[in-house]
Amino acid sequence: MSAEFDQKIRTTLEDANLQLAIYTATGRLKEKRIESVSAETLPDYQELRSQANAIKKHSIENLDHYLEEFERNVEARGGKVVYCKDATEVSDFVLSIAKERGSHLIVKSKSMTTEEVDLNERLEHHGLESVETDLGEYILQLAHEKPYHIVAPALHKTRYDVAEIFTRSLHVPNETVPEKQTAIARAVLRQKFLDADIGISGANFLVADSGAVVIVENEGNARLTTTAPKIHIAIAGIEKVIPRAQDLVTFLKLLARSATGQSLSVYTSFLAGPRRPGEVDGPEEFYVVLLDNGRTKLLPDRTKRQSLYCIRCGACLNTCPVYRKIGGHSFPWVYSGPIGAIITPQFMGVSHEPSLPFASSLCGACGEVCPVKIDIPKILLELRSDVKKSETREKQNRLEKLAFQAFAWMMTHPRLYEIAGRIGASMAPASENGWIRSVPAPMDLPPVRAWLSQRDLPPPPAKSFREMWRQR
Amino acid sequence: MSRENILYRVRTALGRSAGQAVGDVPPVRIRIPEVDLEERIASMKARLEALAGVVCRTTDPRSVVRSRIAGKTAVASNSPYLAECGITSLPGVRSGITNLEELRSLCATCDVGITSADYALADTGTLVMLASPREARLISLLPPAHIAVVPRQRILTGLDELFSILPRPAEETSSMVLITGPSRTADIEQILVRGVHGPGQITVVIV
Repeated sequence: MSAEFDQKIRTTLEDANLQLAIYTATGRLKEKRIESVSAETLPDYQELRSQANAIKKHSIENLDHYLEEFERNVEARGGKVVYCKDATEVSDFVLSIAKERGSHLIVKSKSMTTEEVDLNERLEHHGLESVETDLGEYILQLAHEKPYHIVAPALHKTRYDVAEIFTRSLHVPNETVPEKQTAIARAVLRQKFLDADIGISGANFLVADSGAVVIVENEGNARLTTTAPKIHIAIAGIEKVIPRAQDLVTFLKLLARSATGQSLSVYTSFLAGPRRPGEVDGPEEFYVVLLDNGRTKLLPDRTKRQSLYCIRCGACLNTCPVYRKIGGHSFPWVYSGPIGAIITPQFMGVSHEPSLPFASSLCGACGEVCPVKIDIPKILLELRSDVKKSETREKQNRLEKLAFQAFAWMMTHPRLYEIAGRIGASMAPASENGWIRSVPAPMDLPPVRAWLSQRDLPPPPAKSFREMWRQR
Repeated sequence: MSRENILYRVRTALGRSAGQAVGDVPPVRIRIPEVDLEERIASMKARLEALAGVVCRTTDPRSVVRSRIAGKTAVASNSPYLAECGITSLPGVRSGITNLEELRSLCATCDVGITSADYALADTGTLVMLASPREARLISLLPPAHIAVVPRQRILTGLDELFSILPRPAEETSSMVLITGPSRTADIEQILVRGVHGPGQITVVIV
């Protein structure tokens, strides 16, 4: 484990307020999701999941076809599609548009894809003002932080943190009531919306048969971003394309429920090209940036390419016992939680943070809640294997390898396993309060102590299951 | 820029060639329940009220809107239905705006935006708005309150029915927006605050 990863985890675990904040927020989202997909409220939930999975599988398997269909339909309606391979190409494109139009102010709605390419920093470096308009993202931009959660980016900030950030950056009086804090942000951002020439959004879906970008949100900032400025640029990963507008019926029923437990988000915008003749408002120019940034690397492997089905609902974060303890900022990249643990190593290479696929208890909860049925635990296992294969011979722990070979041999020989179990049980050390906390002298080695310090080991039962079975 | 390069990488990884036809597409999944009009209206009302929206059933939309905008300034869309209902001629209501700058400044300063809606979805309490010369986007977005006047026949069961009527919304409009309740956020300590960027109040007048 890298020292940085380790340190961030420790700091998070030691911060009692932060622990409470993460636990409460994810707990609430988790409960709301469960309620909204229950058999009473959504009887065909499992069928919808299977349908969503089938559509995503088909879209990814025929990705080039749907990208080209999407592109044709966007251009038929007067929009333009731009393919970008990485962060530099995205920012170069935005900069070229800003320069041509003499624009200095950009409003942005929430987009994980733009976080991925550090778009704000890159634009600001070139003297442009790029303002996040989602309330949570705006708070984080002022605090110079990355999102803590895919759906609730500022869940680690208290109202007192927000008060401090606002007084420091906006020079407003100290205000700790969330309603009033929201009103402050509304007033500042409203002016930005009206003054900006360019609005940058993400996309939840790209609809091939319509050439449309679909954005879901609750605040209205994405609607403003895509309506008020003259130019709308949507930035999306290539994997976001789905074949038909009618497929939205399936995805929209799953997305908001999985994310926040709402039956639909407040606003679902289906945007197909610039303003048409006769329409009074809407952007004059419409661009869609299709970003690769490592996505094509995931395509060859049939199992791992499932990672590209993700619709960024955040359900796997809320349900993950690891995320709920170590929080979003412990993760080495913008994507956190189980989905981050499978996406990050594949986008950045497994050596970026080799311990990431191991930071999971493999309990399977993430796979169970995933609305598009990504087999996250299986992908984690494959990535663990990739990490081991990528390690050099010197780095590989011979002793560990030998121990696992011996373990595997024992596990495949039932008689041997039983004898070993009996010996182990007879030698078991005394327990304290029902748990084994230490082992006697010859076994009391640093690795054993470290292992026990983080785990609860119950004492062996008087009778093994096999014995009980024989005597039933 | 990278178009050819990215498409080439995609095709190579998937073992496809340019222009190759797609395999079997999973059939569209649309299930329209049978719900009679009264039940749809009741569901629309219950769902929207649960989100702190207001729903009024009336045969006299003009009076309902008049009492709701009393003493306030309002912008009404160019929807012929609003004129038909006599709403555009109410005192304090501006309508018939076709100039963008005028629309922007009016919407940014008035108290209420009044629109019709192309459809409503009963099972989620949703308004469906298609941008057109009749309906501008900003009227349901910039003012702090939004009133939508909807003839009851336009209330559909839900998403399935909407997308069976409009299989390709892009053929009709550059922008279709589904509005489900007032604008809201819970970004500070998960505390619900309404009216963060869009309207904090939403009223649906079912005629």
